[in-house]
Amino acid sequence: MSDSAVHRAWRKPPFIRNPIVRWVMLVACVGYAVWALYTLPFDWDRVAQGMERAARIFSGAFPPNFSRSELLIDGFLESLKIAIVSTLLGVLLSVPIAFMAARNIAAKPVYLLGRGLIIFARSFHPVIVAILFVKAVGFGPVAGILTLTLYSIGFVAKMLAERIEEIDMGQLEALRSTGTGHLAMLQYAVLPQIMPRQIGLAMYQLDSNLRASAVVGIVGAGGIGSTLMNAFGRYDYDFALAITIVIIAAILVSEAVSGRIRRNIW
Amino acid sequence: MLKISNLVKRYGNGEPVLRDLNLEVPDESVVSIIGASGAGKSTLLRCINRLVEPTSGSIELNGVELTGLRHNDLRHARRHIGMIFQGFNLVDRLTVMENVQCGRLGYIPYWRAALRRYPAEDIDRAFHLMERVGIAHYADKRADELSGGERQRVGVVRALMQEPEILLADEPTASLDPVSSRQIMELLQNLAAEFKLPVLINIHNVNEAKEFTQRIVGMRFGRLIFDGTPADLDEQAMGEVYSGTQSEEQGEGKTPSQPVVS
Repeated sequence: MSDSAVHRAWRKPPFIRNPIVRWVMLVACVGYAVWALYTLPFDWDRVAQGMERAARIFSGAFPPNFSRSELLIDGFLESLKIAIVSTLLGVLLSVPIAFMAARNIAAKPVYLLGRGLIIFARSFHPVIVAILFVKAVGFGPVAGILTLTLYSIGFVAKMLAERIEEIDMGQLEALRSTGTGHLAMLQYAVLPQIMPRQIGLAMYQLDSNLRASAVVGIVGAGGIGSTLMNAFGRYDYDFALAITIVIIAAILVSEAVSGRIRRNIW
Repeated sequence: MLKISNLVKRYGNGEPVLRDLNLEVPDESVVSIIGASGAGKSTLLRCINRLVEPTSGSIELNGVELTGLRHNDLRHARRHIGMIFQGFNLVDRLTVMENVQCGRLGYIPYWRAALRRYPAEDIDRAFHLMERVGIAHYADKRADELSGGERQRVGVVRALMQEPEILLADEPTASLDPVSSRQIMELLQNLAAEFKLPVLINIHNVNEAKEFTQRIVGMRFGRLIFDGTPADLDEQAMGEVYSGTQSEEQGEGKTPSQPVVS
């Protein structure tokens, strides 16, 4: 009864409990940001000049020029091929690697090897990998396919391994109790559980590879990225804009399609 | 005939979950195992098909010592031990037929399993058993579309497909409504007679245990402390099996005079 007269205060507990640590970290973060901005060499004249040049590029780009459409279509189809082939290869290779890299179903040494492969595939940005492959196998789509395959393995195998670690182990236990062999056990108890994620990831990766194939093309790995780079090199800004519009349109379409397919898997 | 002698199971260096347990189950008998949560019922069943590795002791099924088996020998022994689970443990995204055929996966080569080219006699047997328990019309349905009672029937058929020499049922009715629960118990009772199988059932529902089985075994703290007919299980025996545990779980100070049985 007497309690009701007194208001009891409550505040959400702070994220970092120790007030000294909390304030020191806050001051340190703000301090570093200010110092970093202060010491970076901003040259405002260059920025002003850059604006001028950007204005020239954009005015040169309008209206977009679709007259060399056969170049555009060739480049785009090559990008599409690179994306599809590398997604297929990447997803196929990432399934066994994901099984190796799942803590709950793989023996320790196999697990470490699987994780190692994933870390290796993820450690470099595709552009750096593309530069290496272009040096190794020469300009053209093969370098792009190798790059994006590696990129797909890194992402798909990691996400799939995490999904495998979340499976219902009861289904595995049931099959173990019937004396099922190892491979059949993986196929019957694990694969059906991860199938929706597997398909979703493949769709997402196709989407992502289409985007990335334009980027790695810029360093010479084939596809529409190479076409775009050539257009810039020849100051054909209107053609470059046309290419950019096609890329954006393709990505919008693939985004819509993959989103729709992923929604319909249950 | 299942013969368990001096079975001990200890996880890590902790207190043993099963202490020096002895149990004999002749063919064609249904045995209920009752006991409070944590008494070791699940561990006992899982020691028999080695989903849990026993620490010491011996488990013999029809003359085969199960505790020492490794790799392929263990797989071959497991083929003859059917298990039914509390959570059904069906592969949700596969059809009922595929789930039922899971009971045969230990017998058929991998390529048949992978391509779903099951042997004709297995398919016949599956339809026959599914008709027996009333789920044949669901053969092409996905397992997760079925109700709880129907799913447990799939679980039962999967176990029977193994042509088992014994059935282990771990709380087979605990996830079911009272009606399906009784139906499953009845089914297990009938199947045991039909296929001349020993059946071990872990069960919380003492009334069902009394009604559907001829022999009840009570466990407490990893030991068998009761073994008799349903008629033998009087209030005193119930008290010995369940006393103390209920109050500890609920954090009460005193022992309830009558154990709560649902």
